[in-house]
Amino acid sequence: MKFEAWEGFEAGDWQKEVDVRDFIGRNYLPYEGDDSFLAGATEKTIKLWNEVLELYKKERENGGVLDVDLKTPSAVNAYAPGYIDKTLEEIVGLQTDAPLKRAIMPAGGIKIVEKSCASYGYQIDPEINTIYNKYRKTHNDGVFSVYTPDVRAARSSHLITGLPDGYGRGRIIGDYRRIALYGVDFLIEKKKIDLNILDTDVFTDTVIRQREEISEQIKALNDLKAMALAYGFDISVPATTAKEAVQWTYFGYLGAIKDQNGAAMSLGRVSTFLDIYFERDFKSGLLTEIQAQELMDHFVMKLRLVRFLRAPEYNELFSGDPVWVTESIGGMGIDGRTLVTKNSYRMLNTLQTLGPAPEPNLTILWSDRLPENFKKFTSKLSIKTSSIQYENDDLMRNSLGDDYAIACCVSGMRVGKQMQFFGARANLAKTLLYAINGGKDENSGKQITPKFEPVTGEYLDYSDVMNKFDVMMDYVAKIYIKALNAIHYMHDKYAYEALEMALHDQEILRTMACGIAGLSVAVDSLSAIKYAKVKAIRNETGLITDYIIEGDFPKYGNDDNRVDEIAVDIVKTFLRKLKKYPTYRNAKHTLSILTITSNVVYGKNTGNTPDGRKSGEPFGPGANPLHGRDVSGSLAVLNTIAKLPYDYSEDGISYTFAISPSTLGKDEDSKINNLVHLLDGYFKQTGHHVNINVFDKKLLMDAMDHPEKYPQLTIRVSGYAVKFIQLTREQQLDVIHRTIQDRI
Amino acid sequence: MEDNFGRIHSIESFGTVDGPGIRYVIFLQGCSLKCKYCHNRDTWNCDGGTLKSVDELVQNVQNFKNYILPSNGGVTISGGEPLLQPLFVKNLLKKLKEEGFHTAIDTSGMFSLTPDIKEIIDYTDLVLLDIKHINNKKCIELVGTSNEKELEFAKYLNRINKPLWIRQVIIPGITDNETDLNELKKFISSLKNVQKVELLPYHSLGKFKWEDLGYEYQLNGVPDATIKDVKRAKELLGIN
Repeated sequence: MKFEAWEGFEAGDWQKEVDVRDFIGRNYLPYEGDDSFLAGATEKTIKLWNEVLELYKKERENGGVLDVDLKTPSAVNAYAPGYIDKTLEEIVGLQTDAPLKRAIMPAGGIKIVEKSCASYGYQIDPEINTIYNKYRKTHNDGVFSVYTPDVRAARSSHLITGLPDGYGRGRIIGDYRRIALYGVDFLIEKKKIDLNILDTDVFTDTVIRQREEISEQIKALNDLKAMALAYGFDISVPATTAKEAVQWTYFGYLGAIKDQNGAAMSLGRVSTFLDIYFERDFKSGLLTEIQAQELMDHFVMKLRLVRFLRAPEYNELFSGDPVWVTESIGGMGIDGRTLVTKNSYRMLNTLQTLGPAPEPNLTILWSDRLPENFKKFTSKLSIKTSSIQYENDDLMRNSLGDDYAIACCVSGMRVGKQMQFFGARANLAKTLLYAINGGKDENSGKQITPKFEPVTGEYLDYSDVMNKFDVMMDYVAKIYIKALNAIHYMHDKYAYEALEMALHDQEILRTMACGIAGLSVAVDSLSAIKYAKVKAIRNETGLITDYIIEGDFPKYGNDDNRVDEIAVDIVKTFLRKLKKYPTYRNAKHTLSILTITSNVVYGKNTGNTPDGRKSGEPFGPGANPLHGRDVSGSLAVLNTIAKLPYDYSEDGISYTFAISPSTLGKDEDSKINNLVHLLDGYFKQTGHHVNINVFDKKLLMDAMDHPEKYPQLTIRVSGYAVKFIQLTREQQLDVIHRTIQDRI
Repeated sequence: MEDNFGRIHSIESFGTVDGPGIRYVIFLQGCSLKCKYCHNRDTWNCDGGTLKSVDELVQNVQNFKNYILPSNGGVTISGGEPLLQPLFVKNLLKKLKEEGFHTAIDTSGMFSLTPDIKEIIDYTDLVLLDIKHINNKKCIELVGTSNEKELEFAKYLNRINKPLWIRQVIIPGITDNETDLNELKKFISSLKNVQKVELLPYHSLGKFKWEDLGYEYQLNGVPDATIKDVKRAKELLGIN
């Protein structure tokens, strides 16, 4: 196959098979210079962005949701074209027919849609109601028709929470670049070949399922073509210019977010891919730097407009309307060249041209060998905007190669070759309390798990508690995998991501992405039991509801091996337990230590813990220490986190770091240099992920009281960024109280 | 015992303001001065703190090599007053030098130049000298001790050409008098080993520490130094 659109590109295998990585490797131009080439926002961009800001304002004034299409269940081609301001838009396409108008996606679960609508004062169309309540089964119905009593009990007692059983699982990244490079027809032809291979004599359920899925994928690709055509573009063929390449790529992504309300809808790794098109257009005189930045700005504006209709419970877990339009930037190629290009800079520059924002979720794949200029540029932007997260490319490249991207917050996956079954998280702090109380809930007193032997003595004994904890972890692992198998079986059946999967290879790696919350609480509790004396306080029914600690104990987050080793041990043990239980579609068991903002809700539902944390107090987010426990400075915390073994937690280990500007360094240059060295050092210590926030407590306090003054104030929470003023008050307080590394 | 164990107030693994690069800062417990503006009142008591050994500390510093070395940072011994535990500090610095770390001490310099103190200076790559007040009378009033020894200390460092950063806390109305700053400028320019002059704006954020310990804060009513105050002082001292 050969297209005119490929003129000027170096030929290779990518022309015969779908192989975007091969195309990039042969054609991209690494960039090691600084940011001085960058252009600012054009007049058109400023005008358009101001219109978007006006829409944001209206959305806020309207209680958080501007409008909902209550009649049309969303689909790739369900709506007429929509525009912000057609005359100004370089890149077009909206989720519905108007900006910030949200769609309903009832295939995931009609109840959630009803509830979400109701909470914003809307009511869905009665006909839709009838269809999805009466005739069309949803993912949510499917899951609950098979859930077992033990799973239900664990779910309602918050032992396992945040499960995607009532909403889209997300965390699947379609390789949207394929649309630009190949055009849709080429992709359909390849899918037809896959379908043909599956015309087998032994027609098993596996084969039948795969054939049905591929048929759905082909249909979705055709729908995408029709959607683009409605906007006036023929994407059946490859993109011929940079502008088209951006537009085609965005159409791919747009189709995905019309098809799915996934918990995280990440973009992938598009910047360097698109750079190849920019460079080609520069060479032929079609494009200037100013125009290139304008295209990226307009693209990013669209990404900042992505909205899903979500229920209040969801907001409680993941506050601030996050979508996780995660874009992975930088990293090194396996051949030793950096994957940083000028367009990596342009993507990041949108934080300056349009100002800071939580989306897209800009993620730097950090390597010791990244160009110094790029390291300094990203650090400078972090200090200025607190909008960037960093992940260890040297660590991930080993297992994922050099064309992976981050889904959601920290989950690395090979683009188009790997997907995950998102599994939320198990509450390990509560698991420990259940171990102590023999499976009774510390708040309700109800027997949630089968009866186990509770702790009997006056003082907690380390080896006794560890034995019981081990047994309880085993139980939790068992029901956790049961729940996830049920969820993903039904999601595939009732809410299959046809378009996203159409942008994957036929043979892919699936992971069962389990997670844990409350790690630092469980670890400190065990440390207290081991190194201090912990006395159990029982209520009138004999339930242990509180603890008295006598003496001091080493605390997680101070680079102290005595306690850090407990953390490492728990992570390894829990993954091993999970592996004992087979998964749906033979997915590979993985684990993440990530809570997003749900650390607040988890803490709320967990009683007093043996480390001295009081009932209801938030957990540390992700792998963070509990706030106030780290007293040896930032690097000691980083060293503690870096000890957590990535090999046992391949779905990511999230650390959220906040530092005041004056603690980072004296002047601008030393601040930048210190941050670069901090990141270099942390990743050399094999840390996996870090959110960098640079701000003063005072600023956040002021923003709490005067939100109108801070419409774009962005902060990084666990794994994503959020507009501070959109957090619930509880979460705002959690962020403020959490240790902002500060020395007076 | 006292050769190898020191009283430690706290550790800052990410020190960015006490010397060049990223620094592991060891705050020692104990100080004999009575600086009215002190923002770490809790470091004064010479019997407090946690005992830690030289080996334990050096071992711990090693954990931060990946941050310290590439940033051309090092280890800073601060306080409290490091020179109140001279044998311990001498051994600690010696060991750190053997391990290849850049070393700094943050001191008032109000000490006689005994052989031990001189040996400490030998193992020190950079001295951060906090000039309490250039005017002796005002110095006694502000910190309870004469500035004679610290000025002698600075002159000694000059003689042996030891790199020196001069620090001066700018307290509005107390240390930023024009005559005094001119005097300070004269003194600094008489030294050839000064690499940097740092002005630290006075702030009252440490007030709660005095009150927590049951003491009355000494500078009630004195305003925090503003950017303008610091700028003015810099101009008078002729530094950037």
